Amino acid sequence: METAQEESTTLTEPKKTVHVSGSVALLEGLIAEGTDTIFGYPGGAIMPIYDALYDYKDKLKHILVRHEQGGTHAGQGYARTSGKVGVVFGTSGPGATNLVTGLADAQIDSTPMVCITGQVFAHLLGTDAFQETDVINITTPVTKWNYQITDANEIPSVLAKAFYIARSGRPGPVLIDITKNAQLQMFDYEGYTPCEHIRSYRPKPLIRKEYIEQAAALINSAKKPFVLFGQGVSLGNAEQEFKAFVEKSGIPSAWTILGAGAIPTDHPLNVGMLGMHGNYGPNVQTNSCDVLIAIGMRFDDRVTGRLDKYAKQAKVIHLDIDPAEIDKNVKADVPVWGDCKETLPLLTALVEEKTHPEWLAEFRAYDKTEREVVIQPELHPGTGELTMGEVINQLNELTKGEAVVVTDVGQHQMVTCRYAKFNHTRSNITSGGLGTMGFGLPAAIGAKFGAPDRTVVAVIGDGGFQMTLQELGTIMQSGIDVKIMILNNRFLGMVRQWQQLFHEKRYSFVDITSPDFVKLADSYYIAGKKISEREELVGALEEMLNHKGSYLLEVMVAQEHNVFPMVPQGMSVSEIRLK
Amino acid sequence: MSNSNETELNGKLEFTITVYTENQIGILNRIAIIFSRRKINIESLNTSPSEIEHIHRFNIVIHETEEVVRKLCRQIEKQVEVLKVYYNVNEDIIWQELALYKVPTDIVAERAPVERLLREFGARAVVIRKDYTVFEATGHREETDKLIEVLQPFGLIEFVRSARVAIIKDSEGFNSKLREFERKDPGQEVIENEFLDKEKNVFTM
Repeated sequence: METAQEESTTLTEPKKTVHVSGSVALLEGLIAEGTDTIFGYPGGAIMPIYDALYDYKDKLKHILVRHEQGGTHAGQGYARTSGKVGVVFGTSGPGATNLVTGLADAQIDSTPMVCITGQVFAHLLGTDAFQETDVINITTPVTKWNYQITDANEIPSVLAKAFYIARSGRPGPVLIDITKNAQLQMFDYEGYTPCEHIRSYRPKPLIRKEYIEQAAALINSAKKPFVLFGQGVSLGNAEQEFKAFVEKSGIPSAWTILGAGAIPTDHPLNVGMLGMHGNYGPNVQTNSCDVLIAIGMRFDDRVTGRLDKYAKQAKVIHLDIDPAEIDKNVKADVPVWGDCKETLPLLTALVEEKTHPEWLAEFRAYDKTEREVVIQPELHPGTGELTMGEVINQLNELTKGEAVVVTDVGQHQMVTCRYAKFNHTRSNITSGGLGTMGFGLPAAIGAKFGAPDRTVVAVIGDGGFQMTLQELGTIMQSGIDVKIMILNNRFLGMVRQWQQLFHEKRYSFVDITSPDFVKLADSYYIAGKKISEREELVGALEEMLNHKGSYLLEVMVAQEHNVFPMVPQGMSVSEIRLK
Repeated sequence: MSNSNETELNGKLEFTITVYTENQIGILNRIAIIFSRRKINIESLNTSPSEIEHIHRFNIVIHETEEVVRKLCRQIEKQVEVLKVYYNVNEDIIWQELALYKVPTDIVAERAPVERLLREFGARAVVIRKDYTVFEATGHREETDKLIEVLQPFGLIEFVRSARVAIIKDSEGFNSKLREFERKDPGQEVIENEFLDKEKNVFTM
């Protein structure tokens, strides 16, 4: 009788609560959001959270990075391969400022992350306390949202909001700064309720049928339609919808580097890479197509080249979830606002089933020229020093396009994006918009945690590797299996290329010396090898891929090799140079 | 209404941007940096409550081309705590600024045609003390500017002017919009930009 009475009165009774610290509530919230891995670094102002974490070791895996920047890039790599929200912990002051580069990278590349920073006690805010920095204001331009918590009662609801904002709409990084008193404060925790609605926040615009109809009409009347796709396709989990659209409409499709892999590299309608070092055909044909269909991409200046000579002849259809991207760089004739997971099927239903054999043949003709002038000599030089291209090509032969390939920034990145083969989505992990050297190694760690069953190969230059090489320590301690391939040309190659082409070969501070990377790896108990000869290449790659555990392969490549084709800065995409 | 501020300068016009936001610490900074990152000067900035409790209203005045203003507005509207952004040229709005003028009482009382000034500029005395008098005037920039010129010869001690506050002529307020926002699946009106809707649902520029 008593229980029945109790049950009947639960509605009027207060919710069941438990008395816990803010730190415990935070960890409970993370678990409720499906977090399994945290990349972080402890420090004074976040100690209560780390103290609570001690009791959550079996539920939350914490990866101790060697620098907070590495934590953020690992969080990004994790988010990019898994499709989940990356979670990063850091302390106040320098811990927090070290997050800024990764936040900026995640912001410009739309990567969902929740970063938690510790902060000094609330009563010390603004007093220049030890390790106090105004992290909210520092990170405002590089976060989708941020918030400072000074009272433990706020923790569950703010965390719920953070995850909702980070992953919904156009994803992005969110930072929550929690003062130490709030972490320690005991309060009545009512359990975790995920956030599903914020009245001032519209994650995706409403789909307007008239635009879908207009877009379909344009596509159906087009003689030379051309699709450009970006990361929006994979961020929206719309790979199948995208493939269905492209295959029905028969439209040649080219990708931005973050869009790579949304359809397989060898799909017959995949005509290659856009942009400054993209393929010949896609760049030139941008200025001869009659309808340009941009899907989940934002017309970055590295993609468009000179804007006033970009696709002026074409009608532009722009599909994007972020209204601020419509018309930002390239004016759209038909804006298809919305999540492409929803808009693409609507569009596919209205487009006619077609093929464009003559139009595709034009792409093939450009491809043939590019193969002769650029690709063949790059991938099969036969004699002379090893080229970056042939290393990637050999890697393709062995991984068959199944691996996750993580790159850093520079020449090796462009070469890898150009030549790496991707059978699957979420396989090309690179720093696109921000161009963050040092991204590769920590991102590869995160990528492996996000896709533990896949082979992860990090391709990194000798310059970028030296920016975050301390993360070898993270690999060592966590015992994960990441294949690291350093393409060493003993130069900061991309800057050197520009100095050669545009600064009369005045090689100003691009000559970089490196430590013995293999010995360095060895000191972290990571196996490795250095090669410079062609005949060693296949064997060394096989050894790396077959090795149980992490492996570092240093490949000495041609010192003054340039990445071509190239759209020089300030030039039109049709002025792309093959040499 | 013709005034110098409205004449085009390099295709730039004076725009008044109206932003409805949640009342949240930090939102001012989030909005301000959208201008400063493009090196755009905010000429006037006012934040105030709106007709709805907890919802704040910003009025921001800048000189820019409409194209840039439209991009700025979309970037502002995309901020999580921003509900809605409008931009208007001066013809679309009713606006006022408030100015205070401190002048030495003795000089003004003896030499200035005080009565005429007060009439002409719609000014009024807020404080009259032995040592100084404070006048208040409201109006457009050039009107309050004019009164500075007039008072300058009489030993103007201090001058201050508020930011612009503006009401959009054809706005119906925010109450009905807010109800839409509070629904989980809002209608078209809330979710789309006015800039688009005005053009018969066709996006041409």
